[in-house]
Amino acid sequence: MTTTTPDPAADTTPGRDLGQLGLCALLLVLGAVTLYDASTLEVGFADVVGPRVFPYVIGTGLVVVGVLLTVATWRGSVPEPDGGEDVDLTEPADWLTVLKLVAVVLVVIATVDVLGWAVSGAVLFAGAAWALGSRTLVRDVLVGIVLAVASWYVFFVGLGIPLTPGVLDGIL
Amino acid sequence: MMDNLDLLWGGLADAASPMNLLYAAIGVFLGTFIGVLPGIGPAMAIALLLPVTYSLDPTSAFIMFAGIYYGGMFGGSTTSILLNTPGESASVITAMEGNKMARAGRGAQALATAAVGSFIAGTIGTLLVALFAPALADVAVEIGAPSYFALMVLALVMTTTVLGASPLRGFAALFLGLAIGLVGLDLNTGQPRLTFGITQLVDRLDIVVVAVGIFALGEALWVAAHLRRKPVHIIPVGRPWMGRDDWRRSWKPWLRGTAYGFPFGTLPAGGAEIPTFLSYVTERRLGRTDEFGKGAIEGVAGPEAANNASAAGMFVPMLALGLPVTATASVMLSALQSYGIQPGPQLMSDHADLVWTLLASLLIGNVLLLVLNLPLAPLWAKLLRIPRPQLYAGILFFACLGAYATNLDPFDIGLLLVFGLLGLMMRRFGLPVLPLILGVILGPLMETKLREAMAISDGDYGVLVREPLAVVVYVVIVLFVVGRPLLSRWRRHEPEVLDGVDDKEKEGIS
Repeated sequence: MTTTTPDPAADTTPGRDLGQLGLCALLLVLGAVTLYDASTLEVGFADVVGPRVFPYVIGTGLVVVGVLLTVATWRGSVPEPDGGEDVDLTEPADWLTVLKLVAVVLVVIATVDVLGWAVSGAVLFAGAAWALGSRTLVRDVLVGIVLAVASWYVFFVGLGIPLTPGVLDGIL
Repeated sequence: MMDNLDLLWGGLADAASPMNLLYAAIGVFLGTFIGVLPGIGPAMAIALLLPVTYSLDPTSAFIMFAGIYYGGMFGGSTTSILLNTPGESASVITAMEGNKMARAGRGAQALATAAVGSFIAGTIGTLLVALFAPALADVAVEIGAPSYFALMVLALVMTTTVLGASPLRGFAALFLGLAIGLVGLDLNTGQPRLTFGITQLVDRLDIVVVAVGIFALGEALWVAAHLRRKPVHIIPVGRPWMGRDDWRRSWKPWLRGTAYGFPFGTLPAGGAEIPTFLSYVTERRLGRTDEFGKGAIEGVAGPEAANNASAAGMFVPMLALGLPVTATASVMLSALQSYGIQPGPQLMSDHADLVWTLLASLLIGNVLLLVLNLPLAPLWAKLLRIPRPQLYAGILFFACLGAYATNLDPFDIGLLLVFGLLGLMMRRFGLPVLPLILGVILGPLMETKLREAMAISDGDYGVLVREPLAVVVYVVIVLFVVGRPLLSRWRRHEPEVLDGVDDKEKEGIS
């Protein structure tokens, strides 16, 4: 996945990536939750390993990695973000666009049962294109409708899976 | 040995039915289509296209997968030759000389040597799989649970430490994957683990939702955060062809690349990254060095062959042992499981027809790839011009569709979003994706094997090191972990070679 080759100079770059502490926190919390969850399990009589051993090992692993990464962050270990065809790492990250995309997906989750895939899918495509900076809204909505309705029919006719019809029940 | 060829011939007869040929052709077409799109590799192509195969029988579905797989690989190299910003590690090396060739007006020859090299390496590789996998499976049936457990530990340790700059981040990804693999009912005692009282989680997480979330949605969100606002430079290309001189210069690198790629493909050593690099270095040493860095055809032919041979090599541990060593193999194995087929050494005997049809369709997929892609290359090149907002909106659309279509439950889109955000985070913090995916797949298998071994030994942990094979594997793991610093010292020379090329390139642009 990574396209950049390991950079030995990265370790000596001054400045710490404190955002990485968020990742460490996530690892520690997940480790703690895994350990707690394992402690609530009951061990049967005939079961010599039992359901707890694996979660204990994995939870401990998560905590250990979390602690080590915290130390590494403090000592100036900087991550090497993923490159790619359309990725420009020279500009600062644009988290607003990501939030907009997440919001669009949340809207789909909330509405797909009521509105149906044909409508929610169209909203998904047009909304995502808009969030990513497209300004040809009419065209995007049209493309979205075509994609969503076409995929509904492909799944229904071709694969025998009726995606939720929603408000268009009886029309499709 | 001849028996295997007979079986393969029988598989060819099955796979060559008109319906199956159609599925193979659709697979190659869709795979190339998806693979050409920037940011999508073969694993993601298969994961995204899985829902399309739900209504097919396993044989047809696997024929389609084979086509998608090879199509996706070829699509990836098209992108890297024409765009020079490859999304996958395996295509990095191809891009170095391939893009130079395209700039020098030899894009058609670069694509042609990539396609023919992929065809030759894929065909030889598939034949080798047909020869080796059954023999390995025969041996593997005898392997006990402790040795199996050791082999899985080996696969996880190697993939986690061999790739990437930071083993620590590799282990972070691995343990995240293992934790994801825990979610659901414990098979022995029927108790839910890490389900937080959510009924949809009791059935274990669908690996397809995890894979599509991490690969497709994670990539789309990551690109969204860093979208290149400057237009990318795409080199127009005509129909690929090669002159007599190109053939003369290509055939040896194809064979050498195949020889590097296949053995590495069978090992859990990160797929094609190492063999493509070795192949590049070899060709550079053997070839006319004055041309390397300016677009030497050997530098495309060798690594592309290595890439495809390693893709075929991956099938040996996958079919003979049920052990996935790449993300693509993980997704394919989970697809097998969704058809109720248990991967493992018994696969070769219990589902022999399926395996041989799959191998035969890999051969057919290879031929179709050549037939379809050489004439269609100018069309694929046009795909690179899709405006990025619409392209990534489309990826988002199909990712959500795939997650939703499985159970028609909006909850699955929610899960997809969670894993998408995890994928985004992993890309931001440089966590490798492969250890996570392997952890999700292998974690539950490891637990089953461990408990199997312990049930037989009645709780004596010593059983884990009482089988000779298990001991050998643990010794290999220890040697590997100890030897890794030496390996990374060797790898440190790698950037020098690559940097030398990059510098020249930068000069060339500016």
